[in-house]
Amino acid sequence: MLDRVRFRRALPVLLPSVALGVMLIAIFSIQPSAMSYFGFTLLFKMAPPLILAALAQMLIILQGEIDLSNGAFVGLVTCIAAIFLKDDVALAFVILLTVMAAYVALGWLIHFRQLPSIIVSLGASFIWLGTAILILPAPGGEIPDWLRTATAWKPPLLPLPIWIALIIAIVAHLVLMRSSFGVMLRAAGGNPRAVQKAGWSIAWLRVVVYGAAAVLLVLAGLMLAGLITSGDPNVAPSYTLLGIGAVILGGGAFIGGQVSPVGTVIGALTLSLAGSFLSFLQVPATWQIGAQGVILFLVLAGRVLVDDRRRA
Amino acid sequence: MAGAAPAFLSGDGLTKSYGAVKALSATDFRWARGEVIGLIGHNGAGKSTLINVLTGTVERSGGTLTLDGMPLSRWNAVAAQKAGLRCVFQELSLCPNLTAAENTRVLHRSLQGWGWHARATAAIRSALDTVFPGHGIPLDIAVAELPIGQRQMIEIARAFSETDMPVRGVILDEPTSSLGPEATRQLLDHVERAAQAGIACVLITHRLNEVLAVADRVVVMKDGAVASDFVNEGLTRSALLASMGTVEPAKRVQGALTSRGAELVRHDGKDAEDTVISLHAGEILGFAGLDGHGQRERLRTIFDTSVAKGAAIAFVAGDRVVEGVFPLWSIRENLIHRSLKQLSKAGFLSGGQGDALARIWFDKLGVRAPGIHVPLVSLSGGNQQKVLFARALASDAAVIILDDPMRGVDVGTKQEVYALIRAEAERGRAFIWYSTEIEELENCDRVLVFREGRAVTLLEGTEIEHNTIIAASFGTGKGAIHA
Amino acid sequence: MMLRRIPPWTYGFWAAALMLGVIGLQSGLGSIGPTLTVALAFGAISVLVGTGQMFVIASGPGNLDLSVPSVLTLAAYVSMTVMDRTGGVISAGIAAALAVGAVAGCLNYAAIRFLRLPPIIATLAWSFIFQSFAFNLGGQATLKPPQALSDFTNWRLGWVQVMPLTIMTLSVVAALALAFTVWGRNLLATGQNERAAHFAGVRVGPVRLVAYVICGMTAAMAGVVLSGFTGGAALNMGNTYLMESIAIVALGGTSVAGGQANAIGIWGAALFFNLMGTMLNIFQADAGLRFVLMGILIVLIVAIVPRPEAR
Repeated sequence: MLDRVRFRRALPVLLPSVALGVMLIAIFSIQPSAMSYFGFTLLFKMAPPLILAALAQMLIILQGEIDLSNGAFVGLVTCIAAIFLKDDVALAFVILLTVMAAYVALGWLIHFRQLPSIIVSLGASFIWLGTAILILPAPGGEIPDWLRTATAWKPPLLPLPIWIALIIAIVAHLVLMRSSFGVMLRAAGGNPRAVQKAGWSIAWLRVVVYGAAAVLLVLAGLMLAGLITSGDPNVAPSYTLLGIGAVILGGGAFIGGQVSPVGTVIGALTLSLAGSFLSFLQVPATWQIGAQGVILFLVLAGRVLVDDRRRA
Repeated sequence: MAGAAPAFLSGDGLTKSYGAVKALSATDFRWARGEVIGLIGHNGAGKSTLINVLTGTVERSGGTLTLDGMPLSRWNAVAAQKAGLRCVFQELSLCPNLTAAENTRVLHRSLQGWGWHARATAAIRSALDTVFPGHGIPLDIAVAELPIGQRQMIEIARAFSETDMPVRGVILDEPTSSLGPEATRQLLDHVERAAQAGIACVLITHRLNEVLAVADRVVVMKDGAVASDFVNEGLTRSALLASMGTVEPAKRVQGALTSRGAELVRHDGKDAEDTVISLHAGEILGFAGLDGHGQRERLRTIFDTSVAKGAAIAFVAGDRVVEGVFPLWSIRENLIHRSLKQLSKAGFLSGGQGDALARIWFDKLGVRAPGIHVPLVSLSGGNQQKVLFARALASDAAVIILDDPMRGVDVGTKQEVYALIRAEAERGRAFIWYSTEIEELENCDRVLVFREGRAVTLLEGTEIEHNTIIAASFGTGKGAIHA
Repeated sequence: MMLRRIPPWTYGFWAAALMLGVIGLQSGLGSIGPTLTVALAFGAISVLVGTGQMFVIASGPGNLDLSVPSVLTLAAYVSMTVMDRTGGVISAGIAAALAVGAVAGCLNYAAIRFLRLPPIIATLAWSFIFQSFAFNLGGQATLKPPQALSDFTNWRLGWVQVMPLTIMTLSVVAALALAFTVWGRNLLATGQNERAAHFAGVRVGPVRLVAYVICGMTAAMAGVVLSGFTGGAALNMGNTYLMESIAIVALGGTSVAGGQANAIGIWGAALFFNLMGTMLNIFQADAGLRFVLMGILIVLIVAIVPRPEAR
């Protein structure tokens, strides 16, 4: 029984890794030159913001809630960055702090009034999108050079996206799965009443979670703005759903308390590679989005197959 | 011993009301250092409210609390913890997604910083080894992966675990409901040992024998107040039952079933060692054995295969919240749901017939509630359970499966339901009844004892008796030690 | 507390009435009639999509159909194509649309059941696939409806609009189905407690499958009606209905946690949504501001609705 349990624990990381590997092998067999520092940089270029957004979503899903405003928030951050960051860094940070506070306040409201997070975050997504359009009606604006340079930096040994993925995965794992504080965050997701009975304030833990998610989303937005060198209110609606997909792909569940940071990071890498993969296979543009759905099914179906084999 | 020891925690004139409802009225409660108190009473008698007030989980509406002779003003979960008060709640308060060690961290604030995990593991391991020697529970996997008995052992051990926070008093609310006989004995032994070391305990249980075995004093609650307070010397089961307002029933005379009706269920085991089950009309078949040895799985496969065959079968869940209750609905809706087919024509329901059916069974089971239209979840646990029984009995089911349905139900309700099951069996219904309470199985005609996932021993007539069942649960050799 | 006496599911109706009053004050009483006419027509289409979504949401926590917009679009394309090829046979087009919706519902449920995926993910993945199909079928072009369909969706008998009235009848049928049919009761039982429903003899799988199939079919039907009403099927015609269908169901008094549904309340929420759009148009609010106000209103309404005490 114990072996089975331990195997199940490794599963979140195993499955998306296999999917990632299969796609990479396919890409390299078509285009061997992609197997290089430059190739990797290109393939995973857009992955880091998605990883950060997926981790933010993971924190919310950990609490048994869901955030449908995740992508709109990232879009808002890109707009703030494109309008204010170049001329007045201090002002930009004040504005960013304000929207982060609003994000945390909504999270607190969900907890305090026991509201359905699906609906509240749905409403919130309109608020973020609307604010972004008010700031920047059409895609554009200007990004400070330091941000652009930072996101285009070529570090030694490994390409930047890989470094970022590695570091984020390790830090997130240590904080959430190993630290004594991470235990409390997972406990609050698994059985909030028990945590409360043990004398902890769930409200405070929730505020910490939403605060951390807001920080991750701001980082995602800044990084994305650097990559696309502009702001765009509608740049990231797919982040919400891809982020949820990454969390589930990485072994998370909606019941609360069950997520894997490393799995989520690999899940986000996989989903972000899926786009590049389809272009490499020269799937016609009209079928690309459908093919993404198929990939999502294939990868997640792997989970069921492994599950059944174990039961047999 | 009780009289001489200095006071630990006491309450005077404690009250708690929810709106107009008084859950606790002017109750005095005295608890000395190292004293073991048995707290008994029917469901809804106010035991849980008293405990919640004592532990600071809910705020009292009136009365004073005194700790070590000092009156308390601010009293909440944190303060109670600092004072060394621990609680094992009826519904498990472990986080299912965490390991035993991580769950220990949730309780002990001091388990943080470098090496917290090693210290947490050490704390819970030593507690488990002390309370349940030879437990064999893995500490590094999520508790959700463990059987319920082991989860309960972890929860109990966690309450006794020590870091820099002292343990001075432990409140155990129905701690043995999911424990096997061996673990139960270990726990009761430990309670006695802890008392000698100065750790006070309150033991809340419906199993009066456990109370009589370890308690220094027995406090009986009724209608939100303390009804009697006995020193446990020469106290008997029937005296306790009488003070709770229940008379101990005469034991049913065991007679071998003379005539058998038609075979209603035939269910092959998973292999040759697993007994084939053949259930006839009018028969009550018991499932026994240590908890978690495959009884529940067998009940479910029987239910599922029968449903797939279209047989008329009903299921009464023991885990009310998870498998029984529709929380948004009234008694009526909950009660008639298994009978919708009979109440409908071409898929459309008749409201009047539903009311009538609900009323008949509401009265027959004596559900204590203002009417059939009140929300089911507003009733006490025992009354909710009666409605779930009514759901099965009101249906057209010829076979009814009982999955340990009496867990946490008070003695009075139990007796009423036993009689009803008997009467229904005589009218030709058949029951498969899994129970973790061995005495309960004496209501059965035949009992199948499970071991390691298989039904291995069949007991009939006079063989259905405490010691034989225990012996069969462990495999014959081991039984002797326990008996 | 006045709010406690007014049932929360009627809030949409009150808010809609308030919006109508504001519009009347701003643009004159004469504008109320035409405004209401348009709001009823567009509201009816939202209600159609929302009613299907309601069944899915009621079937249990986490159940949500995100494929609604792409099913709507795909069904609109398919039915317009069929009507075009058959020379304007409307019934053939509607049958084709309903078939698309039913198949979509089955596929959604199959992915949930057999791949054991959370409904959000399963329906999302399918929506990608349906979207690709719609894209390949119609591309960027708008497919025009036959004249008869446009006429029907705009048909009026005196001052009575036939299309919204038909959909109101459907709402009543849905409400009755929830209260008085075995399937409706089983759906709500499943939504409250899936395992309890199973042990009470409910066949949980088929009950849920029906909910997803109905949801697919109502979305498909909405695609046909919307094409007729607005003059054609276009690629992004379904986009607004994803968020809107979820929001109006929740504001209309259906519990997002499942097990409780209100088919009539959806109307109030849908009218409110459409009238708010009109009002903001009248005040010439900028697109960004409209989104912000919409979002704040959704949050506020959810936050002030008194909810049943949980034990």
